[in-house]
Amino acid sequence: MYRIRFHGRGGQGMKTASRILGTAFFLQGYEVQDAPRYGAERRGAPIFAYVRADETPINERGIITQADLVIVADDSLVPVPGAGVLAGVDKHTVILINSDESPEVWKQRLNISGKVFTLPVETEDRAELRFIGATCTGAAAKLLGVITRESLSQAIEEELGDLGHAVVEKNLHKALTAFDLMKKHAGCVSTMEKTSAANYTRPAWVELPFEDARISAPSIHAAANSVQVKTGLWRTQRPVIDYEHCSGCWWVCSTFCPDGAINVTEQGLPDIDYDHCKGCMVCVAQCPPHAIHAIAEEVAQAEEAKGGQA
Amino acid sequence: MKRKLLTGNGAAAWGARLAATDYIPAFPITPQTEIIEALGNWIDTDEMDARMVTLESEHSMITSAGAAAATGVRVFSATSSQGLLYGMEMLYTVAGWRAPFVLVNVSRGLSSPITLEPDHNDILAARDSGFLQIHCSTCQEVLDSTLMAFRLGEDPRVRLPVIVNLDGFYLSFTREPVEIPDETAARQFVGDYDPENIRFRASSPVSQAVAVLGGSPYSYFRYESHLAAQNGLAVYDEIATEFAERFGRSYTAIESYRTDDAELVFVMMGSFATKAREAVDRLRENGQAVGLLRPRLLRPFPAQHFQQLLAGKKGVAVIDQNISMGMGGVLHSELASALYGQPESPRILLSFIGGLGGRDISLEEFFEISAVTQRAVEEGQVPPPRLLYTESELREVRKLQAVAKVERDELGEKK
Repeated sequence: MYRIRFHGRGGQGMKTASRILGTAFFLQGYEVQDAPRYGAERRGAPIFAYVRADETPINERGIITQADLVIVADDSLVPVPGAGVLAGVDKHTVILINSDESPEVWKQRLNISGKVFTLPVETEDRAELRFIGATCTGAAAKLLGVITRESLSQAIEEELGDLGHAVVEKNLHKALTAFDLMKKHAGCVSTMEKTSAANYTRPAWVELPFEDARISAPSIHAAANSVQVKTGLWRTQRPVIDYEHCSGCWWVCSTFCPDGAINVTEQGLPDIDYDHCKGCMVCVAQCPPHAIHAIAEEVAQAEEAKGGQA
Repeated sequence: MKRKLLTGNGAAAWGARLAATDYIPAFPITPQTEIIEALGNWIDTDEMDARMVTLESEHSMITSAGAAAATGVRVFSATSSQGLLYGMEMLYTVAGWRAPFVLVNVSRGLSSPITLEPDHNDILAARDSGFLQIHCSTCQEVLDSTLMAFRLGEDPRVRLPVIVNLDGFYLSFTREPVEIPDETAARQFVGDYDPENIRFRASSPVSQAVAVLGGSPYSYFRYESHLAAQNGLAVYDEIATEFAERFGRSYTAIESYRTDDAELVFVMMGSFATKAREAVDRLRENGQAVGLLRPRLLRPFPAQHFQQLLAGKKGVAVIDQNISMGMGGVLHSELASALYGQPESPRILLSFIGGLGGRDISLEEFFEISAVTQRAVEEGQVPPPRLLYTESELREVRKLQAVAKVERDELGEKK
């Protein structure tokens, strides 16, 4: 059985990529399972999707712990522990990374002995990143070596047909270019032996001890969420208080903030906790004297980088 | 008949479509929403001739489903987890109306703490409601069971609503090859719905299940529902036989996999049971006589089928993807009550709890369950129930607790 995992960020088309590959396998006569892994996700958050393909019906389910091929559409995910890009990677695992850096650099950096391939980043144009899924899938199909150009093309037409001719053409071009690019490495992905019941690693089961509810109740006694979870990273818009116009009523914005991310100082002025403000802009809408403004997060960060105040 | 890749949600929607559903009350909830989205699209594009109404809650949605069913039309709806529980009052109520319809539940663990991933505590909370329950383990089975569910519920010997259950994520969002039955063949199989004396009309009001005091008529009505549910066993067997003849796929009340000559038997329900199948194959290759029983029907409970299938077996390991607080695995308890006192029942019946909130169950864990069961058979002693939970998982929890402690201390300082 082939086990393939796609890693990317919400919005980069990993679900679609996994479906194109799944359909291509299916057209090739394989039994297939493909699935995205959703959580309470949003655009930009790490997500993954997976594909299984075999000649016989597939009984295995759920996440792929040990993959034959790992595809990384966004190389900034590699060091993110929560993304689990390297989970279960061993020397037989082939890794395909969309990255400007060379395979050698990645091999050294990650200390892995298996094969690593990179897809050269073609463009700085973020609009083009929409097609990264197709590019990854095209390259993956060739690395697997069991999917023809025709099956790949038909899979793209089936999965993207609803989006119109132009989208299909663009994705076909991206996928087939990447497919041809990997020609020299066709079929370098290998499958694993079936796990034997004769000598398996016994699970290290533990007895869960009783623990006092003061420890074992799932409550976090902080506003919104654990302070460790920097939900401020989600923000695309930043609310900024103009203290010149703030009337110091303090309770309106801090009460309406659905995340409890507005504290009130001893001077009675509201103070936004940008580590945890998700940028919903409810405060901007509620502030009676209109003293909170919305600024694009990108602009605010650029200002900060310049040493100015956002 | 065409074979294509469908998610479990897509398969459920196809089932509702092929059964020529008339009315679909809807309310969105993860991981079910894709079902009503698919149906909504087909209604929009005139591929399906049905009326869909979005309600303001699952409580209203199930009321609406029951009320529509009481007018004698074919009704389909879908929900999940918290939604099913929010509609729970009406779930019991509409079942008592004896007006059949089909509800798909996409299993998801219950709060608290909240999760999106599957286990069976949501569907088991509806165990005693009067709804019959069919549990699925593949996307194909979701489609086929939805068709069979209409036949089962609408049968005059039953006339009860039916829930078709599929696991969130592992089926709901997972695509697998599914054969979509030909529309004509599906229609012929499901047949026209004959609502008999179910004729509720807005213009001619009737009282649906009036107040009964004193307990005597109440007992009568409740027990009649129970008898109708029990009739569901024989009716289901008939329907499954006919389905197999027409479509070539067999769905017995209990899936029995390599159990004929098995000494040890795994028992579990839902999609993770396919993992158990895989483990059975591996154990067989290693010369171990292990099989798998997977109840498709949970209500009515196929007690006699279990008694026959497990007669003479040496050991049974029930793997429950649910937990009844203060008791343990629900399927384990149900099976124990079905086997108790039967002369040929296996003496060794073990309980394992695993897969809560979608927690994976590895192949190695199935091997170990088999080994533990074998040891229990040899020693003649049943070990206490076991939660499938490893040292490394506990270590991760300890890390989170350490973070929580630091935060509590910091916050304490502030105050």
